[in-house]
Amino acid sequence: MFKIVAKEKLSDVIYRTVVEAPKIARKRKAGQFVVVKIDEQGERIPLTISDADPEAGTISIVFQTVGYTTKQLSTLKVGDHILDIAGPMGHPTPVKNYGTVVSIGGGLGTALGRPITEALYKAGNHVIAIISARNKSLVMFEEEMRKISHELLIATDDGSAGFKGFPTQLLQKLIDEGRKIDLVVCVGPVPLMAAVSKVTKPYGLKTIVSLNPIMVDATGMCGACRVTVGGVTRFGCVDGPEFDGHQVDYDELMKRLKTYTEREQEMNQRFASQFQEVKR
Amino acid sequence: MKDPTVCEEGHNLKQQKTPRQRMPEQDHHQRIKNFSEVPQGYTPELARLEASRCLQCKKPLCRSGCPVGIDIPAFIKLIAEGDYAGSARKLKEHNSLPAVCGRVCPQEDQCEKVCIVAKKFTSVAVGNLERFAADYERTNGAISIPELPEPSGYKVAVVGSGPAGLSAAGELVKKGHEVVIFEALHKAGGVLVYGIPEFRLPKAIVESEIEYLKKLGVKIELNSVIGKMETVDELLGNGFDAVFVATGAGLPLFMGIPGENFCGVYSANEYLTRVNLMKAYDNGHVTPILKKKRIAVIGGGNVAMDAARTALRMGTEEVYIVYRRSRTEMPARIEEVKHGEEEGLRFHLLTNPVRILGDEKGWVKALECTKMELGEPDASGRRRPVPVPNSEFLLDVDCVIIAIGTSAHPLIPMTTPGVKVNPRGNIIADEKNGQTTQEGVFAGGDIVTGAATVILAMGAGKQAAQAIDEYVRKKRPALNRAGSGLAHTSARR
Repeated sequence: MFKIVAKEKLSDVIYRTVVEAPKIARKRKAGQFVVVKIDEQGERIPLTISDADPEAGTISIVFQTVGYTTKQLSTLKVGDHILDIAGPMGHPTPVKNYGTVVSIGGGLGTALGRPITEALYKAGNHVIAIISARNKSLVMFEEEMRKISHELLIATDDGSAGFKGFPTQLLQKLIDEGRKIDLVVCVGPVPLMAAVSKVTKPYGLKTIVSLNPIMVDATGMCGACRVTVGGVTRFGCVDGPEFDGHQVDYDELMKRLKTYTEREQEMNQRFASQFQEVKR
Repeated sequence: MKDPTVCEEGHNLKQQKTPRQRMPEQDHHQRIKNFSEVPQGYTPELARLEASRCLQCKKPLCRSGCPVGIDIPAFIKLIAEGDYAGSARKLKEHNSLPAVCGRVCPQEDQCEKVCIVAKKFTSVAVGNLERFAADYERTNGAISIPELPEPSGYKVAVVGSGPAGLSAAGELVKKGHEVVIFEALHKAGGVLVYGIPEFRLPKAIVESEIEYLKKLGVKIELNSVIGKMETVDELLGNGFDAVFVATGAGLPLFMGIPGENFCGVYSANEYLTRVNLMKAYDNGHVTPILKKKRIAVIGGGNVAMDAARTALRMGTEEVYIVYRRSRTEMPARIEEVKHGEEEGLRFHLLTNPVRILGDEKGWVKALECTKMELGEPDASGRRRPVPVPNSEFLLDVDCVIIAIGTSAHPLIPMTTPGVKVNPRGNIIADEKNGQTTQEGVFAGGDIVTGAATVILAMGAGKQAAQAIDEYVRKKRPALNRAGSGLAHTSARR
């Protein structure tokens, strides 16, 4: 049993939950994730570790309510327990001083990529962080990112904050300006990671993306998380979650992520009715 | 000339009048609608009748056919005498999981294969009797905890809670050691809980065997991925005197044919894990599973049968077994194939899948296969299947389950530099005692042998436990003496 010691609602759909998990907190490194199963009937889902406090023995998880389990997780309060948490899973980010790093996050991806950016910042890289959202009110983690970057750029679809347009346009601008970039890291929705990789590929600009395919055990035992990277099938859980962005078959990944769409709709309805009862 | 009806021990095989007793089974029309067990177990009457068929050989061949050396005539004699609980105790002297082995052991290739009675009639149903005694003990609350020695003061870590790990833990705790099992998943049992389906091995039985180990003092740490959360070397540095690695052959193999990543292609491990471990067959559980109309299961082993028969119970209209050799070469147990056939599995034998076809949204729509014929024997001694020219055909399916085998789990070798593996990724360990290339680290079960049987893994666990016991006592003999004296005093304090 893993006790929830803090919880914060960051937006309508994004939450931060801090859980007691001393062994994981001591061991985890940037880029790794945990598998969470809330209760006896629960499913196992992978969630990125967004931060950890080894002294306090806690890890924090930032998540968006997209499916049944993340919605259920958002209803848990401080003092409640999560039945099972296992990790840290996956390979840590290969952190070193690359030179100049551009870190791109979209929506929740900014929070998920934050520990990677932080580790690269601490390793002495010059960090340019790009965060993006539809409009100003949806721009999140700005202050947190400012602390771990040398330059912070914001892109909004409507121009209500920062640059008007997509984060890929900002990246293209940096490249066009002749900025020396040694590494690009992108954590976010699959279309964003695909778009960023498309921009950097012609320049041979090393790009790391962090994938979040469907998983069950997340220990390499089931193969649900198969992704094609460089024409070879890899397991997201044990070979990843980070891969060379230029090699990933994003189209296949998008399709595979939709495997259980029908069931998800059914479960969302179930959640709505169950949650109504809880509210009453 | 020697009389062929009299065996070496002088038993007259002509006199056998009682036939082998069949175990009652759940009707196949009924059973494909549920996940309850297929064979229903012997009644005490049937068990005693069957037990009376045993000739009580002085030099029992059956015993040498058993990987853990169960005293088979002795436990059968106790059943014949009506001492069922005593029979179960006798079984547990050599086998810590008799209710499991009575169900999933390939007895026809082991004890029953060499049974003298089988020379003239059919062998004594050793497996059925083992199951009867173990079930009797469990369902009648007759489980007794053996007397344990004084704590030895030694601490052993077991990585993985499958058959090898459970068996080693049971032996080690009975030798007085402190044993902690580290299990990566949220439930203990390894392949017994994620792989083998409920209708072949009820999970309540596995749970009860694990409860028994806990009562003996074995500690089980769930959600503990050794290699990630803590490494083997860290365990050795943190107070463990030895580590037994029993992480199994969990990595599913794929065929490398086009279309394997379409939606609707599962590894057997994934399909079975979703259903068995995550209970996707029960709508109250959250884990999803695809419910498709026509499923092709590729492979001819027990896992293929398990996946196919599970698919039938999930309401699949047509389930095909696609296997590239003929029925004789199928590695699955005859009983499993027979059960599957009764339940309506359809067999495409001498058929090799070459490509999975999908629609524009990335979903499986057919499996392209080639007909095969048997050629010369290959390295495995089985006749090699070769493609029949121009025999390609399409199997109309919307889901494919790949059950062609698994390979060694790489996490421990990857994170334990001292432990060497062979080219197939299996940990190199001494066949007799499980010693790996690193001092204090032992290994056994599928991680060493590659995918094999429950009982072989248990045998390896048992052997390694013996070697670990000797190793820890030799390594720190002073503690050994303290174990019998000082630890005793401190326990009283």
